[in-house]
Parts: sequence; structure tokens; C-alpha cells
Amino acid sequence: MKTICAFARGAAVASTIVAAGPALAQSGDVNVYTYRESKLIQPLFDAFTKQTGIKVNVISASSGLEQRIKAEGANSPADVLLTVDIGRIEDAVRAGITQPIKSDVLDKVVAPQYRDPEGHWYGISMRARVVYASKDRARETALSYEDLADPKWKGKICIRSGQYIYNNALFAAFIAHHGEAKTEEWLRGLKANLAQKPSGGDREVGRDIAAGKCDIGVANTYYWALMLNKEPERKAWAEATKVILPKFQNGGTHVNLSAVVLARYAPNKANAMKLIEWLVGDEAQHMYADLNYEYPVRAGIAVNSTIAGYGKLNADTIALSKIADHKKAAANLVDKVGFDN
Amino acid sequence: MPNPRAGPFWIEGRPVVMRWQTFVFGGMAVAAALLATAPLASLIVLAFGETGDLWPHLARYVIPAALVETALLLAGVAAVTIIIGASTAWLVTTFAFPGRDALSWLLPLPLAIPTYIVAYVYVDILDAIGPVQSALRTVFGWRSAADYWFPNVRSLAGAILLFGFVLYPYVYLAARAMFQTQSPLFVEPARMLGASPLELARRISSPLARPAITVGVSLSLLETLNDIGASEYLGVQTLTLSIFTTWLNRGSLAGAAQMACLMLLIVIALIALERQARRRRGFAVSATDPRHLSRIALTGPARWIAPIACLVPVALGFLLPAGYLLREVMVRGLLVGFDTSLAGYALTTVALASIATAVTLVLGFSAVAALRYAKHPLIATSVNIAGIGYAVPGTVLALGLLSPLVLADEVINTLAQAFGVGRVGLVLAGSGAALVIAYVVRFLAIAIGFAQAGFSRVSPELDEAARLLGAGPGTLARTIHLPLAQPAIFGAALLVFVDCLKELPATLLLRPLNVETLATYIYQFATRGSFEQGSLAALIIVVVGILPVIRITQYADIATRLRLDARS
Repeated sequence: MKTICAFARGAAVASTIVAAGPALAQSGDVNVYTYRESKLIQPLFDAFTKQTGIKVNVISASSGLEQRIKAEGANSPADVLLTVDIGRIEDAVRAGITQPIKSDVLDKVVAPQYRDPEGHWYGISMRARVVYASKDRARETALSYEDLADPKWKGKICIRSGQYIYNNALFAAFIAHHGEAKTEEWLRGLKANLAQKPSGGDREVGRDIAAGKCDIGVANTYYWALMLNKEPERKAWAEATKVILPKFQNGGTHVNLSAVVLARYAPNKANAMKLIEWLVGDEAQHMYADLNYEYPVRAGIAVNSTIAGYGKLNADTIALSKIADHKKAAANLVDKVGFDN
Repeated sequence: MPNPRAGPFWIEGRPVVMRWQTFVFGGMAVAAALLATAPLASLIVLAFGETGDLWPHLARYVIPAALVETALLLAGVAAVTIIIGASTAWLVTTFAFPGRDALSWLLPLPLAIPTYIVAYVYVDILDAIGPVQSALRTVFGWRSAADYWFPNVRSLAGAILLFGFVLYPYVYLAARAMFQTQSPLFVEPARMLGASPLELARRISSPLARPAITVGVSLSLLETLNDIGASEYLGVQTLTLSIFTTWLNRGSLAGAAQMACLMLLIVIALIALERQARRRRGFAVSATDPRHLSRIALTGPARWIAPIACLVPVALGFLLPAGYLLREVMVRGLLVGFDTSLAGYALTTVALASIATAVTLVLGFSAVAALRYAKHPLIATSVNIAGIGYAVPGTVLALGLLSPLVLADEVINTLAQAFGVGRVGLVLAGSGAALVIAYVVRFLAIAIGFAQAGFSRVSPELDEAARLLGAGPGTLARTIHLPLAQPAIFGAALLVFVDCLKELPATLLLRPLNVETLATYIYQFATRGSFEQGSLAALIIVVVGILPVIRITQYADIATRLRLDARS
């Protein structure tokens, strides 16, 4: 019984801590809900606060933030939602939690294919879905996405789940280029070429190529740079591979976005606009390029030298919002061909 | 002395002493049930949305494969957790052998490390490029992974073993609590008649512990079912995973809600089936003397086999992954470059977990106690419903809680306006209270399961005798139920506390601005693929989790000794 009493006392003390603990959002701050990990973007917010004196409060999550903002309704503290992947960006708009961002600054900086025609979202940075290839076993220096279904790669390709958002977007882009029937055929070919059942994450592509399990694999641009420059224990995986920027036969390299959305009931709209405009400014765009190894959306900002080493990016020109329309069809095709089984 | 105000009250032919305590306990049972139904109600509302042609597609291409894979995963995990959990619990409670004391508190520790982190660690260690295979290649002169066969960790079998070795403590803790209070009434005569310990285990101990083992297995299976991180990483296509792809890729929240409801129905049906089976076997034991048995000292080879058998799961489920994390902390200098904000996160985590554990235990044990004092159908139904939050994935639970929380805030605002305070905005939603509520709803099943298993050992005759002597529910609880259910209470407290410490999905979605728990802190590194940066936080969870484990284990052992001494 004593233990139980001691426990109850502890809980009483604890409740005081919780009640007093979290710093409550003050008006004059800006509240950001984000799908990007807070550690990744915190340096950006710190720099913003240093320059403007505006404090940034953050919640990061992996899914469901649209639903949270929607449920919170007019009382929602959310000012800004930072999100990734074109499909999810469109989901936020469809959930009715956004309002148009009216900003000449943004219109000037962000190219039309990387923003919503009605201004509900603006891209801030880009990443490409590319091929990591073994330096020893893959002599190719250029590839098309269509090539991945070529039987010459039988048993030699690694990829993570076909339902992973970036694969989903890539397959949706394939549909946008070639239609559903061709895409199904291509997915069957790609599936037949896989060295193993899809699993792991994008880094596992590097890991498995380095281990000799496969020769080429599909992953995002920044992981290779992170492994090479910032993760000593995985440096060997990057060094065993090279990065090829594939293209669609009738287009360019598939890119996806991280984007910003202004919440419909943003309580601190003026500050939110300051933050949004700051995110496409020179300083923030340099940080996206150098800290996170992304392609800056602002023209004239240099990409990081490691990323530049992949070669010049010729991004696909199909508007991303068009690609988002095929997201569901792509997910269904993955099921239909049993891609993950 | 009988209280003159309390007349006898008959329900289902049983006398019930109606006192205010009955209403308090009964009220808690109903409150627990209401709390648990709130997120489900909004899930059901979501499920009524339009889903178009979704189901023919799901039925044809998604559900059959996912059902098979999920069933295989669960069957495998059930087998592994029962074998490890029940046998180690039996060994440490029945026998005395070298290292028994240390092993009995080491055995629950695998619980303290989030499953997906253990998955990352094992892939790092056992994958083609890891130390094990590299060593093999050096020894045998193989050039690459293509030259030989090695079992793939990223597979269904890998997932079964991984979940099994991480989740067996649910079975261990539940079974141990039962073995500890095993009535000598059965065991001592059997021993005198020359029954071997194995025979005893087969014919007496394990049937008696079956309700507890069932609770433990159900908890570990629900935990497996609710997992996303580890199964996705290991490439296992579970039903839960397809709920998420339906929501996020097929763009149908309504469809996802329907799938979650379907999964819930399957879980409820399985639990009902098991209960039915148990009811027919009839385990109403009269544990009139639940004092602890003296442990048999092992001799010969068994003296060493027992500790090794207990050490293997500890080593694989805890020592190895924890050692790996410790190595990462050292190699990366995480202690030297100590992230000072971690201390604050740890404090927040412990505070939230403590409150949630206290509330969960009080609600859970009161609800089950209420059922004992008044077998009213309303209370029985409430107890059955209250544990349901554990049967839905954490993110789904959190999604379901959003609307009820905001609704409660609307009520608060209306009241505040009525009393002239004016609107106060969101009070519960986006607060620490929301997290506590989520934890309570999610983990009530643990408290209720342990309470039921614990109370099942206390003979109803004891209650009736006490009632005849005029004892009300309060006295009954204080003098009979709480002391007898103590091992179960401690087991539940430990599990709920540790589960709250590492709870991730609901915390991620419901937390207040700027609030970070240890679990979310680890997660932000893990999503970037460098989970090792979060090693220190993971070890803090382990350390915070170990303290109650040791204390509770020691306490239980001391209590055993004291009681034995008092009798000799």
C-alpha cells in the first residue's frame, strides 16, 4: 500500500509539472504544424526568430495534422502547415483547412508548376526520385524510369514499399506520362526485376547495393548526400554507389515538393505571412540546400556541391497538381500487381 | 456491525450490499466505458463517409493478402511470447537457482525499448553488411551477400521473432503475478504425492495461470497488431498498414475508418471466443490461502539450464539492443554533447506517464471491483467496453479523439459563457490533458485485464463471508481485494507506465505545441533514418522504466518472504 501511496504522491507532483510545463502559445508568435521533423527545420525557425523576434511554436507529426486542424476548427492555433509530397499537399487543400496565400514575393520566387494556381500552397524545396547504382556492377551513366522494367535488370533492383509516398508519387507521375495500362505493365516488369520483397527505407537501397544484394535501386536525392557527408557509419554505402538522375522518355526527372500552407483560421496571419515569405528568401533557401540537401525552389540559389555532383537536374514539366490526380490509381495498381507481396 | 441504511439487494440471485462505495466504483466503470467509446464513436461517424468503389478493390487485392500475413504474424508472435513468457515466469517463481533474483527483474526489460528501434538495431547487426555477416564472409572467404544464404531479418519470420522477443514480458508479468499467488492448497498436496515440477506445471499451475497468460498474450498481440514502424520496415504487409495506405494513398479516410472498424470487430470476436472457451473450462478456483510457495532449489544440470533459459530472452530482447544503443551513445559522444533539452523532455514524459498510469489503474481496478460488488449488467457491459481502446492503432485512436475533445471544449466554453467568464477557446484539445486521456483510453485494457486475472484468484466465498460480517465494498477492497490483487496491480502499473513512456502515435498527433516526449524525440531522428542520434533518449526510457521494475520485483519478493515468515 505504501508504494501505491508514494505513487499517488508522485502523480500529484507530476500533474503540477504538466499543467505548468508547456509554454502556451502567445499571440504575436507563429504556430507551425509540420510533417517535416522539427529537428530538421528548427535551425530555420531559430534563424527566423533571431531576425524578426517572432517566436515559432512547433508540433511535428507523421500523419493526421490536417484532421487535427479540421477538428480544432475556428479555434485552431495553427497558422502554418509545412507538408511534403504533392498528394498530401492536395489532401490539405481538399480538407478545407487552407486559405489562399496572397503574396507578390512568393509569386515572383516560386515557378508556376510548383505552386497552386489559386495560391493554397507554395513549394519551398524539391527532392528528386532517382536511381542509386553500384559503382562496380552498373556501368550505365544514364537511365530512364522506363528502363527499370527492362528484363536485363532481373533480380537486380531494390526498392522500398510501393505504397511509400514518394514511390506512390513516382508511379502517379508514370501514369501522367503513359496512362494506367502502360503503367501497370511497367510495374509488373519492375516487380519482376526486384531482388527482394520491398522493405526498409531509402537508405536500405544504398545498404543493399553495397552488400551486393542488388545493383540498382530507387531513392530520394538527399539520402545519398546525408550518408556521404553526415553519417560516417553509412559513408561506405554511399561510396559503393553513384547517383543517376533518370528521366521519363518523354519528359524529365520526377521531383516532389515540400510546401507551405496558410491555415484557414490562422490566428497570427501577419506573422505567418512573414514566416512564409522568409522561407523562400535567400537565407532559408541556402539552408534548405546545404543543411537538408534539397533543391531550392528559388532560382539562383546554388544547390549543394554534393547534389550538384549528380549532374544537372532537368525536372519533369508536368504540373505536380496533375500528378496528384493519379495518386489513388497508382496506389491501386501497386495492390493489383502485388508489388509489396 | 451492519449498516442500518444498507438493505440487501438482489441481482441475479446474489445478495449485494448497496453502499455509496458501490456507486462510486460503478460510476468509475461507466466513466471508463464512456471515455473508451468516445473515440470509437467518432471513428464510426467517419466510417459512414462515401467510399465509392473502394471495397471491391480492397476485397480483391488488399484484404486477403493482408489477412493471411497478419494471421501468420499474430500466430507466430503468440507462440513465441507464450513459450518464452510463461516458461520464464514459471522458472523464476517455482525454483531457486543462481541469478534468479536478478533475472526476475531483468526479464520484463525488453518492454522498455520501442519495438521499431529494436528492429533497426537488428537489421543493422544481422543484415548483409552488418558485423555478423561480415565476420562470416571473412571467415569463409565469401565475396558478397550473393555467394551464400543467410536468413533475412526483413521478413515475416524476422518480424515474428522480433515481436516475440520484445513483447513476451506481457505474458511474463501476467503469468508471474499468478504463479506467485498460486494456492498451496493445490500445489503442496501434489508435491507430497510425488508429482514432479513439470507435471505440476502441466496439470495445475498452467491451467490456473491460463486466464493470466491469455491476458498477456492478448496484450502482446494487440501491440503487434497496432504496430506500424517495425512491420513496415521489415516489409510485413499487415492489416494495420493497409488501413494507413487506404487513408493516405487511396485518399479515403472513410475507407480507413471502415477497415479499422472491421479489424476491431475481428478482435472483439476473437476475445469473445476465447472467453467462451474459458468459461466452459471453469476456472473458479477457491484461492483461500494464496500465500506464496517456497521455491524448490534446483540441483545438477538443471541448476544451470534454468538461468540460461531465462538469460537468452533477456539477452536478445534487451541486453543486445540496449548495449547497441549504449555503444552509439559512446561513439557519438551523446553524453558529452548532452542535449540539455532532453532533461526537460524526460521530465515531461515521466509526468505524463505517471498521471496517466495513476488514472488508468484507478479506473481499471475500480471498474473490475465494481463488477464484484454489484453484478449489474450496466457495469458488466462497461467493463467489457472500457478496454477497447487497445484494439485500435494509436494513430486511429488519436484521430478518433480529436472531435470528442473539441466537443468537450465546446461544452466548457458554453458553460464558461453561462457563468460570465467568456469564451476560453480550446482547453482540452492540444493540451497535456488530451495526452493523458489518450494514454488512459489506450492502456485501460492492461489495467482491466490484470485486474480481472488478479480478482479471478480471489474466491467469491471470501467476499460473501466478509459481507456476512457486515463489510461494505470499501472494507472489502481495503482488506481483501487490494492485498490479494497486489501482484496484479504492480504488474499492470509497470506495463502501463512503460507503455505510456514510449507511446508514440497518439502523442505525435495530440501533443501541445513545443511539447516533446522521449518517444517523439527518438522518432524525429528515426524518421530521418539516423535513429542512433536518439540512442540517449531511448536509454533514458530504459532507465526510467527499470527503476519501477526493480522496485516492484523486489517488493513482491519481500512481501512473499514476510508472509512466509509470519506463518512459520
